[in-house]
Formats: sequence, structure tokens, C-alpha cells
Amino acid sequence: MDRPGDELLLKGRRRIVETLLETAVRSSAVLVIAALVLIFVFVAKEALPLLTSGDVHKEVTPWTMLRQQQDGEFVWQPVSEKPKYSLPPLLVGTLKVSVVALLIAIPLAILAAIFTSEFAPQQLRELVKPVVELLAGIPSVVIGFFALMVVATWLQDAFGFIFRLNAITAGIGLSLAVIPIVFTVAEDALSAVPQTFRDGSLALGANRWQTAWRVVLPAATPGVFAACVLGFGRAVGETMIVLMASGNAAVMSFDPRESFRSFSATIAAELGEVVYGSPHYHVLFFIGAFLFVITFLLNLAGHWYVGRLRARLEGKLKA
Amino acid sequence: MRRWIKFVGLAFTSLTGLACLIIVAMLAIILGNIAVHGWPRLSWEFITGQPRAGMTAGGIFPAIFGTAALVLLMTLAVVPLGVAAAIYLHEYAWQGSKLVHVVRLALANLAGVPAIVFGLFGLGFFIKFVGAGMDRAFFGGALAFGQPCILWAALTLAVLTLPTVVVATEEALRAVPRSYREVAYAAGATRWQVVRYVVLPQSVSGILTGTILAVSRGAGEVAPIMFTGAAYYLPYLPVKLNDQFMELGYHIYVLTTQSPDVEATKPILYATVFVLLVLTFALNLTAVLIRSRIRRRLRAA
Repeated sequence: MDRPGDELLLKGRRRIVETLLETAVRSSAVLVIAALVLIFVFVAKEALPLLTSGDVHKEVTPWTMLRQQQDGEFVWQPVSEKPKYSLPPLLVGTLKVSVVALLIAIPLAILAAIFTSEFAPQQLRELVKPVVELLAGIPSVVIGFFALMVVATWLQDAFGFIFRLNAITAGIGLSLAVIPIVFTVAEDALSAVPQTFRDGSLALGANRWQTAWRVVLPAATPGVFAACVLGFGRAVGETMIVLMASGNAAVMSFDPRESFRSFSATIAAELGEVVYGSPHYHVLFFIGAFLFVITFLLNLAGHWYVGRLRARLEGKLKA
Repeated sequence: MRRWIKFVGLAFTSLTGLACLIIVAMLAIILGNIAVHGWPRLSWEFITGQPRAGMTAGGIFPAIFGTAALVLLMTLAVVPLGVAAAIYLHEYAWQGSKLVHVVRLALANLAGVPAIVFGLFGLGFFIKFVGAGMDRAFFGGALAFGQPCILWAALTLAVLTLPTVVVATEEALRAVPRSYREVAYAAGATRWQVVRYVVLPQSVSGILTGTILAVSRGAGEVAPIMFTGAAYYLPYLPVKLNDQFMELGYHIYVLTTQSPDVEATKPILYATVFVLLVLTFALNLTAVLIRSRIRRRLRAA
């Protein structure tokens, strides 16, 4: 629909109005880019003193955040006589819960996507997709509430966990937030595989599951991989579920049955009480900037894989 | 051998079907559990009343009012902006241009930024930069807008929901047949006239879908508003742009994690979750229904 410079054909008021409107519409598109840039700039701006300010360095430096404290342990204790900021416990907590969530969400979502795109009759497909969209629409605070009040109790009754809130409880909650995105992206990828692939396979005598497993799924691999990467990005950044169902204990432990604390939950739990401009304040923004960069890279990677899928399917079509 | 292949195939197919069933069951369990526990406590007094006795009794009207006001402000900001951006992407721009490519990339990434980072952004940009700047410029340094308030929370949510509105609007624009535009151009319409009198009237339902989805998303997000304006408890309703406010999702978070007596608050808590869930669910269901109608039209076109 591009007809560059066609307002040049107009005269007078009409021409001015057209030009103004085009400028307005274009600037709102530019504003979308500006929003993303501003988010990074302003979060990074508040994180910067951690790298540059001598006052902050008396209490914490990026280097001391990675190392053990003087007593040889990794401790996150920002509010105490001698504040301690070790990031490893938070990193372990974040990874722990993400891994649990992905172990549940990825198999479920991808199998369900295969079912929806390959085996389900048309009407069932029309039903499953809106159901997943509705699941995506449940506010994360509601999922957090559910994990904390209901799932935690069920799991403790069933397995007798010592810690009521742990990475398994939070991971199950988190998987509910991850499933929709993995499902949607994987389903799109599988549906993008041309029908000719399936027809060819079936004509050679393969049955439907062989076609799905050995032809359609391999053809859609980049897209399915993108689904996993984007799901991981969602898991790392999700706040309310983890904040409510993790127990919020910054313990350095890889055991999923123990309480933990994630990066995102740390910001949410501590920013409310922090003194503006204090080292603690800058550390929290630093964690925020770090989360932004990580999810940004994961998103880029995800979309790169989606692009590759498209190129691959189109390239094969031409050949 | 043949029987074995058949068996494996059947097992595999059932496994994928089972995965689907589990996902549907998860949704059903959450909805069922919350409806069963939330419904009995729900009453007219609960919806229209004030919280009492340290929020262990009474109603949630201030939270409902705050959520509505917040989402209304957010909509006023995000819908014009998002629709204009979508119009640019689909009606004005040349699809191969660098700008279009970067805008799309920015949209995709904006949708992936964690909600809590939006909270930090709202605090760092709107409150400490824009708000504090306004106070210096217009209020002689007195604290007016350089503090958490409903305006900044709404604008933060507007940035968060921007991709939702743009994507939904663009889908609706795509569903308008190309021939409609060509007819209008052939009749001598300018580009804006085509957009205003042909494309936009045809895509109202899609824009509505985007708005509804954004509202539902905005009503449910807690992390971005924790530091930009939501309050634990307020004895008054927000009437000015720089008032703080109570919000349903934040109210749930507070009741769940900071309540002195969890068992006493439990019935109220369930009822509050039920209200929020019904609200977001009804909105989402409407959006899904409108959208499936648009998609059917898209396939027909």
C-alpha cells in the first residue's frame, strides 16, 4: 500500500492535513521503538552508580556480588548492619524454578501442539486454541494465589515436603504461565509446515504418527526451539507467581524441595522499602537491567529461530 | 511388525491427546476451585462495601473502583497510540523499509520484557524523571507528581499493553480486503480518507478486541503498579490524577502474603480472586469470540 509522496499531488489545506496526519501516525510507530529504548535507558541509569559511584562501592561492587562474603558463604542480606549482596543464591533460585517449570511446560505444550495441529479434528482445534488463550489470560497474581493456597497444600499432603513453599510448588504455578506461550509458538510452527510434506509422507505409506514425528516435527524444529527459548524468557521474568509461592528464602541450594528466591521476586519484595538512592536501590535496578538484557536476548533468539523456520520452509518449497 | 507400528502410533496419538487434556484440566481445576470457594462469600455488600477490621472483613469497592479508574486511564493512553502505530505499519509504510522492521522487532521485544522491569521503568522514568521534573517546573518543587500515583501506574501499564493493541489492530486491518482500498483510491480519495472512511470503520471490531485484551491484561498485572501507585489500604477513592489507589490484583497479593490472620481472611480472599477472575475472564472470552469472527473473515477474504 505504499505510494510515497502522494500528498504532493494535493493542494492547500488538504495537503497540510495529509502531511500532518502521516507525521502523527509515523511518530506513534517511532514511539514504540522509543518505549523499548527508554525502558532500558532508565533502568540502566539507576543501575549505573553500582559501577561508577565511590559511595556505593564502600558497600557493594559488582565483584563482591559474585563472590562469597567474608564468612565464606554466599549470602543475600541487604538489610542488616553489614549488608551482604551475593547474587549466586538468587541465580540458583531463578534457574531452579525455571527448570522445574520448563520440565513440566515444554513436554505438555509441545505434545498438545502436535495433537492440535496434526491429529485433532477441525472443531476440536477451534476449541483448544481459545482454551489456551484463556489460560494465558489468567492474571499471574491469581496463579500465584492458587499455587500458594491450594497447590502447596496438595503437594505437602502428598509428598510431605519440609518446606511448604518450594521450587516444585512455584514451578508448577510458573508452568501455567509458560504453557500458553510455548503452545502458541509451537503450534504456529507446526501449522506452517506445508501440507505437501504430509501428503508426500502419507503417500509413501507412513501412517499419521510417523508423519507427525518424523516429517512434520523435524521440519518445524527451529520454530519448536523458538517456543522453548521464549518460554524460558517468560519463566525467568515472571514475578508474582514466584514471589508468592517461592518462600522467598535466599538459600544457596540446588534442591527443588527447598524454598528459594528469584531475581524478579527480590526486586518486587524489596523495592518498596528501599531508601531512594541507597546502594541497595541501585543493586535492585542492576538486577532489573540484567533481567531486561537476558529476556531481550532470549526474545531476539526466539524470533531469529522463527525467521529461520520461515526461510527454511519457503526455501524448501522453491526447490 | 505392522501391529507394533499401529500400537506405537496409537500410544503416541493418545499421549498428545492426553497432554491437551491435562492443559484443559488445569484451567478447569483453577476456575472450579476458585468458583466453588469464592462464590458463597460473594454478595452485593461485598462488592459495594469498604474493607473493615484490618481488611479481614467488609468489601472491596475501593479496589474495584481503583482498578476501573486505572484501566480507563490506561486505555485512553494506549488505544490512540497503538491504533496509530498499527495504521502506520499496515497502511502507510512500505513493508520492506528498515523502520517497519525495527518497529516490529521492538514490538516483539516489548512484549517479552518482564512485568517487574516495567515497574522499575515506571519508577525511574515516570516518577523520578517526568514527575519530579513537572514538580520542579510547575509546582515550585512541592511534591505533586514526583510520587507514586494513578497517572504513572496507568501510563506504565499503557507501555506494557502497547504490543497487544498494535498486534490486534494490525490483524484487523489485514482482514479488510485490498479491493476496498483500491476502489477508494480510484475514486480519488487521499490516503487519510481511505484510512478514515474505509479501513477504520471495517476494523472497529479488531480494535475493540485489542482494547479488551489490553484492559484484561492491565487489570491483572500487579508487578508494574506495586511501586508506581498502588496502595495497601486507602480510606478515600482516587479522584485526582496524582492520588494513590487500591487495586484488585494488588489487594489479592497483600491479603495473601501480609495478612496477620490467613484463615480469617481466606473467605474474603477467595471472593476477591473470584471477582478479578470473572472480570478478566469475561473480557478475554469476549475478545476471543470477536477475534474468531475476524479470523473467519480473514480466511474468507
